[in-house]
Amino acid sequence: MQLTSPWRADFPGILALAAEGQTYLDSAATSQKPQAVLDALQAYYTGGAANVHRAQHLPGDRATRAFEAVRSQVAGWLNAAGSQEIIFTRGTTEAINLLAYGLENHFQAGDEIVISALEHHANLLPWQQLARRRGLTLVVLPLDEHGQIDLTQARQLIGPRTRLLAVSQLSNVLGAWAPLDELLSLGRQHGALTLVDGAQGAVHQRPDVQALNCDFYVFSAHKLYSAEGCGVLYARSAAAQHLQPWQFGGEMVLDCDYQQARFRPLPLGFEAGTPAIGSVLALGAALDYLSCLDPVAVSTHEQALHDALLAGLTQIHGLRLLGSPQLALASFTVDGVHGSDLAHLLSEQGVCVRTGHHCAMPLLKQLGLSGATRVSLGLYNDGGDLQRLFTALDQALELLR
Amino acid sequence: MSLPAAAMQAREAFTACAGWEQRARLLMQWGERLEPLQEAERNEHNRVQGCESLVWLVADQRTPAMAFRATSDARLLRGLLAVLLVRVNGLSAAELATLDLPAWFNELGLGRQLSPSRSNGLNAVLQRMIALAD
Ligand SMILES: Cc1ncc(COP(=O)(O)O)c(C=O)c1O
Repeated sequence: MQLTSPWRADFPGILALAAEGQTYLDSAATSQKPQAVLDALQAYYTGGAANVHRAQHLPGDRATRAFEAVRSQVAGWLNAAGSQEIIFTRGTTEAINLLAYGLENHFQAGDEIVISALEHHANLLPWQQLARRRGLTLVVLPLDEHGQIDLTQARQLIGPRTRLLAVSQLSNVLGAWAPLDELLSLGRQHGALTLVDGAQGAVHQRPDVQALNCDFYVFSAHKLYSAEGCGVLYARSAAAQHLQPWQFGGEMVLDCDYQQARFRPLPLGFEAGTPAIGSVLALGAALDYLSCLDPVAVSTHEQALHDALLAGLTQIHGLRLLGSPQLALASFTVDGVHGSDLAHLLSEQGVCVRTGHHCAMPLLKQLGLSGATRVSLGLYNDGGDLQRLFTALDQALELLR
Repeated sequence: MSLPAAAMQAREAFTACAGWEQRARLLMQWGERLEPLQEAERNEHNRVQGCESLVWLVADQRTPAMAFRATSDARLLRGLLAVLLVRVNGLSAAELATLDLPAWFNELGLGRQLSPSRSNGLNAVLQRMIALAD
């Protein structure tokens, strides 16, 4: 297969794994990091670490400036109106939990929160638990036979009682884009707040939060070729006024007494405790790196890889794809073959894919499956990786059938 | 501690494996040899929680020596259960509690199957055995 990635050499991790005989096809779980990200981490720690927003000394000042510069950079990358709309969190999961606690008082018993049937647990459990705490109704938008959110039913289900609509942009199981334009405009029509879970989407298409026209957008740096421990919550200023602080401590206060306190406005009032400074700086480096790539070349490569992935998978006798994957990943089962057996034999051959419920248990249950195997791609993968996958799949299935 | 005959046999067979394919074939053969569980025994009560595959474990006897039967819906896991059972069955509860099972799986070239990131549940099976032995 001719598919080569011009960016592969920028990622020491993918090369190291390849040298070890491992074919990494699990980037939807977490990504490998480019040298630029490793350099940024190294530079921060070897140059002298310091806490942010606290100290008057030079390293503290330097760290704070660099940290705040990444906030502006993220705002620019997302096309947010300003850097005050960017809150750093520990990841997507924490960002959504922040919203579920921060918006708690925005809801009254009987209000409805709408999610879809394909949500990752991160965009289900915080809302499910909030609904249980507050006597709200969690409404789940069903999928059509292609695994897409059914818009006809969505039009019925999103209504005047809907206070929040929370949907993921790109499914981590089905690899398909959600019809966000239609869904978000339905939500807006009814005055609901809107949240987009961009954990997968942000990796495969640069988000534009103003074009999306959502109130909140969240993603994790570690899936976007950067380090763990850092995520982003974009909160549109008009919507952010509904948020109340949820974690308390450190520098998030304006004024603190024993019995009461006043809190900082956004974003700092929502960043209690020492943030993941190194990871935030690394995210800045990752965005710099990504911004230097030719976006057309990247998306052409990713699409070609995905086409080749589907072409190879669909040739396998008895293989069933979940939904109609468009990009980034594909999940499948093979008739008569237990997913765990397949996972075992693929890992014996150094092929790193994931088998299981992919943190979307209700979706898999609905599809009548106990698990599925997922192959997911990063911009560093190439035709050789796919060839090794196909060979390993053939060998595994030959043994099992 | 001397090994039961079946365990010696497993060690001999698995250490002679040339590669992953042979080992996989052998695991599947061993899996076929598991003493079956009756339909009624494959119930929620006997199900080992914490495995992505379905695994059932039954303790037929505790004293003077442990006697377990186990099975799974996944074939390779049945093989792993088989080589686990041949090592464990016949031990006293005290011997089971101090048995170095990772060492046993390492000897067979199956050490990676016990790693904590594995969701196959072998670790959960071990915990359940120890609990049942109590
Ligand atoms: C769609 C989606 N949402 C949320 C998450 C959770 O991200 P994190 O574990 O980084 O918080 C993931 C990660 O698997 C995801 O794929």
